[in-house]
Parts: sequence; C-alpha cells; structure tokens
Amino acid sequence: MGSETLFYVFGTIAIASSLMVIGQRNPVYSVLLLIASFGALSGLYVLLDAPFVAVIQIIVYAGAIMVLFLFVVMLLNAPHEDTEEDLARLGIEPPASSDGQLDANQAAIVYPRIGRGPARFGMVLALGLLVELWWALTKGHETGAFGTAAVSSVAALGRSLYSDYAFAFEVTSVLILVAMVGAVLIARREPR
Amino acid sequence: MVTIDHYLVLSAVLFAIGTAGVFVRRNLITILLSIEIMLNAVNLSFVAFGRALGSGDGQLIVFFVMTVAAAEAAVGLAIVIGLFRHRQSLNPDSFMTLKW
Repeated sequence: MGSETLFYVFGTIAIASSLMVIGQRNPVYSVLLLIASFGALSGLYVLLDAPFVAVIQIIVYAGAIMVLFLFVVMLLNAPHEDTEEDLARLGIEPPASSDGQLDANQAAIVYPRIGRGPARFGMVLALGLLVELWWALTKGHETGAFGTAAVSSVAALGRSLYSDYAFAFEVTSVLILVAMVGAVLIARREPR
Repeated sequence: MVTIDHYLVLSAVLFAIGTAGVFVRRNLITILLSIEIMLNAVNLSFVAFGRALGSGDGQLIVFFVMTVAAAEAAVGLAIVIGLFRHRQSLNPDSFMTLKW
C-alpha cells in the first residue's frame, strides 16, 4: 500500500472514531474509541517520519492518560448522560417509558429548556471554525510537498531537548509536580 | 501525493470535532475527552509543519503538549471526582452555583 492510501485509511479511522466519541452516550465506549483514534494518529506520525512521537503517543496517551480516564469513569460508576437521576435533580419529570436512558426523541421532549439551544449553537460554532480553518488553509499555498530532509532519530531529538529546550524541559517537570500535588489535594476526601 | 495541506485539513477537521464535542455533550468526562481530541489535532499539525520544515522542533513541541495534556487530565479528573462527590452527577447543568 502506498503512503497515500495509508494516509486516507488512518485519516478516516481518526475522524470516524472521533465522531463516535462525540456521538456515544456511554463514557466507557467514548474512551475506548478515543484510543482507536489515537492509534490512527500514531500511524499518521509514522507516515510523517516521526516514529518516536508515534510510540510516545501510544505509550503515554493511549497507555497512561486514557487509562486514567477509564479509571475515573469506572470509579464514578460510569453514569450515562440524561439518566432519570439527572432529570430528577434538575426538576424534570422523567418519561414513563424510560428505562434510565433516553433516546434522542425523548431527550428532545424532556429537554425543552436546557441543552438544545447550547448544543445547536455549539454545532454552528464548530462548523464555522471548520469553514474558517479550511478557508485559511486554502488561502496560502507556499507549502506544498514535503521536503526530503526529516529529523527522525531519537538522538537528534534528545540532544535538542536537553540543550535548546532545557529550560522548558525543567519547567515541565515542575508543572507535573504541581499537577500531581493539586490532583491529590482536590480529589482527597475532607478529613472529618 | 500527500502534501502538508492534507494533514492540516485533517487536523482542522479533528479540531472542529473536538470543539463540537465540548459544546454538544452534557457529560464532564466526554467534555475532557473532546479537549484531548483538540490537543491531538494541534499535535498533528505541529508534526506536519516540523516535517515540512525539516526540523525536529515540531516533534519536541508535541512532547510538551503531551505533558500539559497529562497535567490537565490529572487536575481535570480530580475536579470531576470532587464535583461528583458533591452533586452525584456529571451533568454540567448541575453545577450552576457560580452562574449569575
């Protein structure tokens, strides 16, 4: 398979699974589909001569960050959207036939005052953003085909990371430390 | 022939999907996932630009973006756990106390 075919295959997988992440009502499926999307993206990184980024994408993103998400989803017992409890808390009578989860039509009936307006506005906003980005991208054509030179060796990346980007690297480690302390502090139970 | 424009358009589409997700979904965890989609769209364009310019800087920026994404996910999920403990809900419409 040529690289063009691979690009379209990976791109289709990435877009399709990202759309399904948005379309899912079950957060567990959303997380798993996002891992599929990240796998496709890592294939694209290989096509871009960045194998180290591809591996890091799988190990760190799919392996660590998404597992953290999955852990939280399961810790909170994966509440679906628009459950009876949600509606009751918001003071809306759940429909009689509901089995704890609403399909799109029921949600449209039950949610006359919340959700629909912002959702429609968000869709319009996202489509506008897409059109704008598309317009901006088709405006300038100075960048065409990729050149021949590509930095793909881990040694070159590491040398640059520890010399040119040494300060950013150290700041990043402080950021991780602060995030770790903050996460522990926020999620910890209040001592009685 | 796959050019940089292909990658940038793909990145734009993914970013728009992430934006739509933030506005459309009513589940805090899915909203955080949509933010991850947007971060990855940006990563893709960074790597594509780095490849087009023949420099490794694009890939290095991706490492920093990943670190920030990890920190954001850790703190964001901690906040989600804290909110869930208070209201037993992940619906953003349940957290309107700060809204005028």
